[in-house]
Amino acid sequence: MGWIIEQLAKYLSFPFVRYALITGVFISLCSSLYGVVLVMKRYSFIGDGLSHVAFGAMALASVLGILEQKMIVILPVTIAAAVFLLRRPQNTKMAGDALIAVMSVGALAAGYLMMNVFNTSGNVSGDVCTSLFGSTSILTLNSFDVTMCVVLSIIASLLFVVLYNKIFAVTFDENYAKASGLNTDACNLIIAVITAVIIVLGMNLVGSLLTSALIVFPVLTSLQLFQSFRSVTVCSAVLSVICSLCGILFSILAGTPVGSTIVAAEIAVFIIFYVAALIRRRA
Amino acid sequence: MELIRCKDLTIGYEGQAVASGLTFRICEGDYLYILGENGSGKSTLMKTLLGLIAPLSGELVRDPGFSESETGYLPQQTQIQKDFPASVKEVVLSGCLNPSFLKPFLRSAEKKMADESMKRMRVYELKDKCFRDLSGGQQQRVLLARTLCMKKRMLVLDEPVTGLDQETMQDMYRLISDLHKKGITIVMISHDPSAAEKYATHILSFDDGITFETADRYFHREKEEDDGMDH
Repeated sequence: MGWIIEQLAKYLSFPFVRYALITGVFISLCSSLYGVVLVMKRYSFIGDGLSHVAFGAMALASVLGILEQKMIVILPVTIAAAVFLLRRPQNTKMAGDALIAVMSVGALAAGYLMMNVFNTSGNVSGDVCTSLFGSTSILTLNSFDVTMCVVLSIIASLLFVVLYNKIFAVTFDENYAKASGLNTDACNLIIAVITAVIIVLGMNLVGSLLTSALIVFPVLTSLQLFQSFRSVTVCSAVLSVICSLCGILFSILAGTPVGSTIVAAEIAVFIIFYVAALIRRRA
Repeated sequence: MELIRCKDLTIGYEGQAVASGLTFRICEGDYLYILGENGSGKSTLMKTLLGLIAPLSGELVRDPGFSESETGYLPQQTQIQKDFPASVKEVVLSGCLNPSFLKPFLRSAEKKMADESMKRMRVYELKDKCFRDLSGGQQQRVLLARTLCMKKRMLVLDEPVTGLDQETMQDMYRLISDLHKKGITIVMISHDPSAAEKYATHILSFDDGITFETADRYFHREKEEDDGMDH
């Protein structure tokens, strides 16, 4: 035990470790909050879909030769894709999951094709890989990345709290919410834009694999044991933050990859909750 | 008092007409049944009355003293609600929602209104239960409680007894009838004419051309047509 505390104290004296902890906590907090909405709206795969769209946009940026300012291309394209996906009314012909699949595979293929044809990057497969696992590892963040992430996460979380009642109404029953005078289009627009920002942010810092996991796992875990919207939301936020913290600390001590360690922690908690729910049902 | 008057209304989605030539009116205290097969345009009309979609042409006049927020709505249940984690209390409270973005939180007065509405619909004991675990009849009563949090003059119900067993169905009809007796105007969408005969004051029918008449005249005419066929 003493050894662990000693090691942690040693590592925490490095700024990059503190940066990783702060970033991880904030991204997991806001992605789990919006995750509740996304999972209930049947958009669990949106994290994956949108990060592939972002990859396509990044390919476009490199073909255009503006890789340095790639965010100018990536952010608007991803936001547009998110708005297109999330603002559709609940009862349209093409299901959300089919659309996400089409968009995700399409953007990935188009991006890969562009990079190959125009041969702008020396390491095409390396670029594909970074979009999955994070172009900058969470342990190499600088203070600008961290500040931006913290500020955006706080804005996203505050908006969630302020809009909580409206988000519930619009997710539970969009037609009813609209009939009672709520501007459901504006609500869905806000949710879509924030989702896109979280995903782009997450993809660049921790990779799309982890961002997707952060959106779905805490929610699905909480759903095993909790019955109300409020308790599911609170529980997934708490679980998400704890899993990220433990995952990052463990990966530092054991030298494992950060993203996959966090996902492994979330899988473990999911299994515990699942078994607990089984036992409770039997009792 | 006349709440809504429609003259030669054409309704539909994105320029595509679903039904046209609708002329009818809804007065305070009416119990209007909208009858018709699936796909005949009943639900489109309902969405038009609620202001969810705009009419394609014709006239839809709302009495200036009758505001849109005084219309309650009991929609059909969606797929999402079947596994949504929401307590009964949360669902009913969402009926007290203030649509203004400047008023994000619920006040204690609104929570009290939700409590009273739950008591009226006999679901107060279920308030901490999960909505998805309730029976079909209980779910409908919870959704009615949500609508009745705020004072309503008109209630629009979209096939409220679908999927309910016979007993629960009759219970639901009685509940709606009680609301009607208390002065709430009812607009009911249904494909079940048998209950219409018992409760309706007016019928708007989408079968064999659109007709609007009082329930007495509608069923009198139906009987005559049936008799005519027997001979």
